[in-house]
Amino acid sequence: MNDRQKTALGSLTGVVENIYDQLDGGEIPSMELPLRSKKNIEFDSRHSVWKYGDLKTSRTAKTVNGAVMMLRTVYTSDFINEMIRDGKSSTLREMYYISEGWNNAKFHSQDESNLLAEDLETITGCMREDFKLRPEESGAHVYGDLNFETMTKKGMKKVNCIDDVSEAGFAVPYKVEDDTFRIDPGNTKFIMAIETGGMYARLIENGFPEKYGCALVHLSGQPARSTRRLIKRMNEEFGLPVTVFTDGDPWSFRIYASVAYGAIKTAHISEYLATPAAQFIGVTASDILNYDLPTDKLNDKDIGALNAELTDPRFTDEFWVTEIQAMLGMKKKSEQQALAKYGLDYVTDTYLPEKLTDMGVL
Amino acid sequence: MSADEKKTGKPAPREKKAPTAEQMAAKQQEISVTEFFEKNKQILGFDSRSKSLLMGIKEAVDNSLDACEEAGILPDINVVIDKVGDEEYRISVEDNGPGIVHRMIANVFGRLLYGSRFHALRQSRGQQGIGISATVMYGNITTGKPAHVQSKVEGEDTASGMDIVVDTKTNRPIVSNDLPFIWEGKEHGTKIEYTIKGRYIAGKQSVFEYLKNTAIVNPHAEITFRDPDGKKYTFERATEIMPPRPKEIKPHPEGMEIGDLLKYSGNSAQKTVSAFLKNDFSRITERLCKEILDISGVDGGKKPGSLTREDAIAILDAIKKVKIMAPPTDCLSPIGDTLIKKGLMHVLDGLRPDYYATPVTRSPKAVNGNPFVVEAGIVYGGDIPSDSQIQILRFANRVPLLYQQGACAITKAVSDMDWRRYGLEQRGGKGIPFGPAIILVHVASTKVPFTSEGKEAVANFPELQSEIGLALRLCARNLKSHLNKIERKNKTHAKFEIVQEILPDMAKKAADHLGRPVPSLDRTITRIMNVVWIEPSVKKDGKQKRTFTYKVYNYTSIPRTFRLHAHLPKECIKDLSIYSSPFFLDINEEGKANWEIRDIQPSASVTVEFVLTGEMAETFDADDIYFSGLNPVMVMGAEMLPGDWGIKGMEIIETEEDIREEEEESEMTEEEDLDDE
Repeated sequence: MNDRQKTALGSLTGVVENIYDQLDGGEIPSMELPLRSKKNIEFDSRHSVWKYGDLKTSRTAKTVNGAVMMLRTVYTSDFINEMIRDGKSSTLREMYYISEGWNNAKFHSQDESNLLAEDLETITGCMREDFKLRPEESGAHVYGDLNFETMTKKGMKKVNCIDDVSEAGFAVPYKVEDDTFRIDPGNTKFIMAIETGGMYARLIENGFPEKYGCALVHLSGQPARSTRRLIKRMNEEFGLPVTVFTDGDPWSFRIYASVAYGAIKTAHISEYLATPAAQFIGVTASDILNYDLPTDKLNDKDIGALNAELTDPRFTDEFWVTEIQAMLGMKKKSEQQALAKYGLDYVTDTYLPEKLTDMGVL
Repeated sequence: MSADEKKTGKPAPREKKAPTAEQMAAKQQEISVTEFFEKNKQILGFDSRSKSLLMGIKEAVDNSLDACEEAGILPDINVVIDKVGDEEYRISVEDNGPGIVHRMIANVFGRLLYGSRFHALRQSRGQQGIGISATVMYGNITTGKPAHVQSKVEGEDTASGMDIVVDTKTNRPIVSNDLPFIWEGKEHGTKIEYTIKGRYIAGKQSVFEYLKNTAIVNPHAEITFRDPDGKKYTFERATEIMPPRPKEIKPHPEGMEIGDLLKYSGNSAQKTVSAFLKNDFSRITERLCKEILDISGVDGGKKPGSLTREDAIAILDAIKKVKIMAPPTDCLSPIGDTLIKKGLMHVLDGLRPDYYATPVTRSPKAVNGNPFVVEAGIVYGGDIPSDSQIQILRFANRVPLLYQQGACAITKAVSDMDWRRYGLEQRGGKGIPFGPAIILVHVASTKVPFTSEGKEAVANFPELQSEIGLALRLCARNLKSHLNKIERKNKTHAKFEIVQEILPDMAKKAADHLGRPVPSLDRTITRIMNVVWIEPSVKKDGKQKRTFTYKVYNYTSIPRTFRLHAHLPKECIKDLSIYSSPFFLDINEEGKANWEIRDIQPSASVTVEFVLTGEMAETFDADDIYFSGLNPVMVMGAEMLPGDWGIKGMEIIETEEDIREEEEESEMTEEEDLDDE
């Protein structure tokens, strides 16, 4: 058992003790948690990321929901305690299934078990990795002339992310901390995080990474924690500039925000995960006009999402307000692959070089 | 203007050899009532094949029920439908009524507008005596076959049987095969069989639906039915209590038309106009009669038969000027709240409804000289479909109305009400609401204002609509309080789950984890509940016996003293179980029972129990339990004793404690799309 695990165990026991003492004292058990909503995220100027503010929500055993959440807290703490003692670990999904035997504490969906793991992180200030809980592999991949040294069953092994990987690239593991994962930037000059698999494959086929010294990271939708952590480390430890290339719709703006500013659900650990220096390439609302891209109409959900972003503190800078309002104004959205309107090479020969030069990356 | 004139703008040229007035006169002849109806069948409701089949049965059954009631006999009615050809059915309706004497049979079944009721004002099902003979006639016309009637009067040795055809020219019955016979096993009663063109259908406007609804509002009747496929249904008698026989009243002068007055005066047996006014109408006193004659200037001494049109107009004008008391209303026979509930329970049991709102019988009102009374009931939940419009069961004088729902005053009253505040869905607060409910409305009157002779929809007038609205609102309030009760119950259940399952589990797991003893939860539980909790349950013991048990827990921090109250069907208290409870105080004439629980300690519980037996036992709902002597915020499972019960409940003894209102705060959670993973 290492120190981090000892700390984790200590804090979990503290949580259970707190509940026990309230019951023993004839009180209605309750606990306070930071309010995990966009109302309660504040800019942390030390790390330049968005973190939870001071608003709290209290959970009490007076309601069934509150009581059940607290019962789950006790069960989960007990379960983690056992895992640490036995040197085991489990996926979040496994924990969800293990809870089958937990009577009223049973999780009804994996969202509930994920939420509880995050609750425990916020209460104890530990990371879920310390609790021996890990996510499934996320499907994120890296392609580019850089080397990772990773832990395998045969010990640490070095991999070049062009020569030693398949066309799909290097699969990012769930844990990318220095003890098991080392980075050698090689010839890479900058990072480009890409939302869709189609665009990732297009850039590889067109030889873009080799030509410009770019490492591609396929985000595969909303990026997993380890993907964001990897981007963060490459930026912070090796000074590689980070760019983000997504579709041009409200949901893609949020993908960028979670890479650059931190996600609301994980705001308690934003300083580990967010890369404040990350720059947004597009597709922007202005790109839709400037490049005359094929579009789709915004649906009601899209419009709702854009309006929600206008009240999201992370999107309050001038660039985003202008972009969001421009998109609301034209009522249109577009995809990265819409650039294929001008041919398969257009994105690598014209669009990206233009944009990256403007941004000062090339 | 003829079509030709319209086209050309000039008069059409007269045809040569146009018939002369004399020739036309030869063609003009008296059209008998019967012939008129034959040509205008839809007026009587015979406007489609499926409707014709239903209307005939409806007329026969209505007659049977009326006859039985008039004779004070609990009705047993048997309806049989056989398919005898393409769209041709043989119908048989048999009752156990008093029977009809031989010389009257032909006229009752073979002559339109014949009957004992035509001039009487009384609440009855059939109101014009047009129905059954119209059915016989319609059968004759469509199939060419006579109807067969047999009837036996109690005490007679033989029954009469005959075939009847209505002569449409003369409105007279043509009788054949008129023979006395021995009706085996029959004490008394009448049976009519006729063949009719029709179509047998299932669903909302079917014979089955009509009989089912009839059974609801006539819980004293037993109705059996065999459909064309040979399937048998029985609607059992739900009560032995006969409805009181409706009284006949004389016409009230208000709302009378000139024609009515002239008709009455022509038929009057009185010698003088003043005697006619005094004796043939209700509510006209000696003094009023004088006033009317003075104002109208009509000679009170002349014969009623000699009243002219002008006299009639003058008298009617005078009647409008004098103040006449409203007609007597005791001539009406509403079904009554308990029997409506009983009828609904009996017939709708298959839908397993959660709740029968206590039905409402309004006190009688009178408009235009006609007394009327409105009753309503609501059934809610169970297997009643919740995603469609609610079903409205409309009744007039205990007869179900199946057609023209849209044109009916009852439907309008339902649609005009905002049901959203009573827990039903309704778009924009207007129209027929949606939800798992069935609404029953019954209008009883000496003269129900129908929109047409088919008697399918009640005509609208403001006083009626307002009465229906009031009755529905009272019922809806009961429904709403039931829905609130359910919601509270769910909350209670949630708390129960917390204190009985979640907290003990939490305490044990936390204790195990920490290696400490399991803490006692009494104080925490008391704090969470902070109520006196009453948990009703009922045990069915056969059809006629119910054991009601109320478990009372004191989940508060101090001893409590309070009373429980229930309004029980008095006739169902047949054994001593209720009196043997140590908590029982007393029970009054109406069946309102009181219990007192003294000094129940914190975390302690006691049980109050009693048994109800008899046919009305099922009408008591275990949830209808009330309390007094406690602050309502600290009681779960019972309602505060209503002020209008006429019972003095226990005063609330103020204690030094802070009663915390339920704070239902739920954790802030927000839909976030910013999920990682």
